[in-house]
Amino acid sequence: MGSTAVEKIISSALGRNVSEGEFVEAPVDFAYFHDGTGPLIIDALKEMGVDPIKDKEKVGIVFDHSVPPYNDQGATLQAKVRKFARAQGIPRFHDLGDGICHQVIPEKGYVTPGQIVFGADSHTCTLGSFGLFSTGVGATDLAYILATGKTWMKVPETLMVDCKGVLDDRVSSKDLILEIVRVIGTDGATYKALEFAGEAVRAMSQASRMTMSNMAVEMGAKTGFIEADAKTAVFLNRSDGKKFKTDHAVPKIEVDAGRLEPQVACPGSVANVKPISEVEGVHIDQAFLGSCTNGRYEDLYEAARLLRHKKVHRDTRMIVIPASKETYIDAQRDGLLDIFLEAGAIIGVTGCGPCLGVHMGVIGENEACISTSNRNFIGRMGARSSSVYLASPQAVAASAIEGKITDPRRVA
Amino acid sequence: MMTVLKGRVWKFGDDVDTDVIIPAKYLRSVDKTVWPKHVLEGLDPEFSSKIKQGDIIVGGKNFGCGSSREQAALAIKWAGAVAVVAESFARIFFRNAINNGLPLIAAEGISEAVKEGDVIEIDLDTGDVKTAKGTLKSAPLPPFLQEILKSGGLVEYYKAHKKQSGR
Repeated sequence: MGSTAVEKIISSALGRNVSEGEFVEAPVDFAYFHDGTGPLIIDALKEMGVDPIKDKEKVGIVFDHSVPPYNDQGATLQAKVRKFARAQGIPRFHDLGDGICHQVIPEKGYVTPGQIVFGADSHTCTLGSFGLFSTGVGATDLAYILATGKTWMKVPETLMVDCKGVLDDRVSSKDLILEIVRVIGTDGATYKALEFAGEAVRAMSQASRMTMSNMAVEMGAKTGFIEADAKTAVFLNRSDGKKFKTDHAVPKIEVDAGRLEPQVACPGSVANVKPISEVEGVHIDQAFLGSCTNGRYEDLYEAARLLRHKKVHRDTRMIVIPASKETYIDAQRDGLLDIFLEAGAIIGVTGCGPCLGVHMGVIGENEACISTSNRNFIGRMGARSSSVYLASPQAVAASAIEGKITDPRRVA
Repeated sequence: MMTVLKGRVWKFGDDVDTDVIIPAKYLRSVDKTVWPKHVLEGLDPEFSSKIKQGDIIVGGKNFGCGSSREQAALAIKWAGAVAVVAESFARIFFRNAINNGLPLIAAEGISEAVKEGDVIEIDLDTGDVKTAKGTLKSAPLPPFLQEILKSGGLVEYYKAHKKQSGR
């Protein structure tokens, strides 16, 4: 009898066959957290009386939520996490400026296919794109993992998303995942593992796959699994690990990537997705290019292609934030940052930026932002009356040039 | 902890996300008493002054979707709510609430069955939710989650088990 890739990962870790629906206590190969969730994790460990933690070699800490801190309380909380990292002797500690956790952890090769990875951040599902099982939890769950090396979980059923065809130029994996969110809805995959497969996924870069898996949680999913291949090994700069495939019939939906036009998730719900042609012309006050969804080199490259020798519209501001220091250095070396600066954009410090409405680049009352990030809830990026439109790097660049939502295929 | 909870209902809709439960701008605070003061502010700016100890929050589908911030569960608990009943819950919020000793009941039909201000009764052992329109049946939590909940949360559960096993 066959099983799903995620079942095989968990079975392999436990040394016995498990199947969907079963509650298990799973060993965790790697766990990570950031400055946002860190303070409550440390409080919980203290209350539990855990010192030292179980295995400091299986832990990563990356400061990304307020980089550098914007108020004294944030600085105080970061100092608490920094002190903890030093006291525990955690070697994989990334202080201010190294990047966003979901980017830094795979970039540094801390994980490998076939593993079980937990993170104290909802977008930990991003790492499922490396052929592993990863999911987000809260602070207390993460503290329990640091204390014991394991956690309880329900083995998820898998929902396969077969992406047929190949994406057009100026249509990206962001457009594809927005289309998938539209089809599945905000809770259509709750407790499930999504598995993205098909010609379009095989053809896309590892960075584009990360964008897909990143948004699995916006459909309620535990993870967004993608089979590992040669591209995965190149990104991780390591070729070990175990590759698992789903060889069992599972519920499946099909999406035609080849016929897709750019998509936009309109304010209020990530599933409120429309083809860009239906929302073109909406005025935008800000364009944000960055985040764990779309702050990688290829995202910056695609946006720079459109912005070269052009200017950001005078009624719009554009903020560009590379997802990691490595991305920043590569973008700088290749002149991408010059293109953004000459166009009139602002380059921010690597980190989450304004995505979650706390750091530089938040938006004011009644302002609208077109953003490459992953959430457009009420007040997510600033004032309660502000609105966020989610789109691809290409659409964000095109819209920045025009000062209104614009189909990137229109830019000369 | 009591296994039968009775309280007055505050009703919300579908997809109540963690950003509206507790906006991120309040999270970078060393003072944890800030969180309940802003609970559900994104949907009702006055809510923290309305909710009283012992009340019950009722939501639609996918309650607690969005970020992993545990402060969402804590803000609801510390504002006085003794339970959340919804059509369904997002999974990280679900874990966070149980881990902090806040009971959650996924009861299909709850949105239709109650209106704001109703008094409902929840039996955590059976999963029954008594409303003015009758009793809704829901699946009770698996035994080990009930144990975490009854310990008062995952930290207390860990401490109790550590003592037992002499670890």
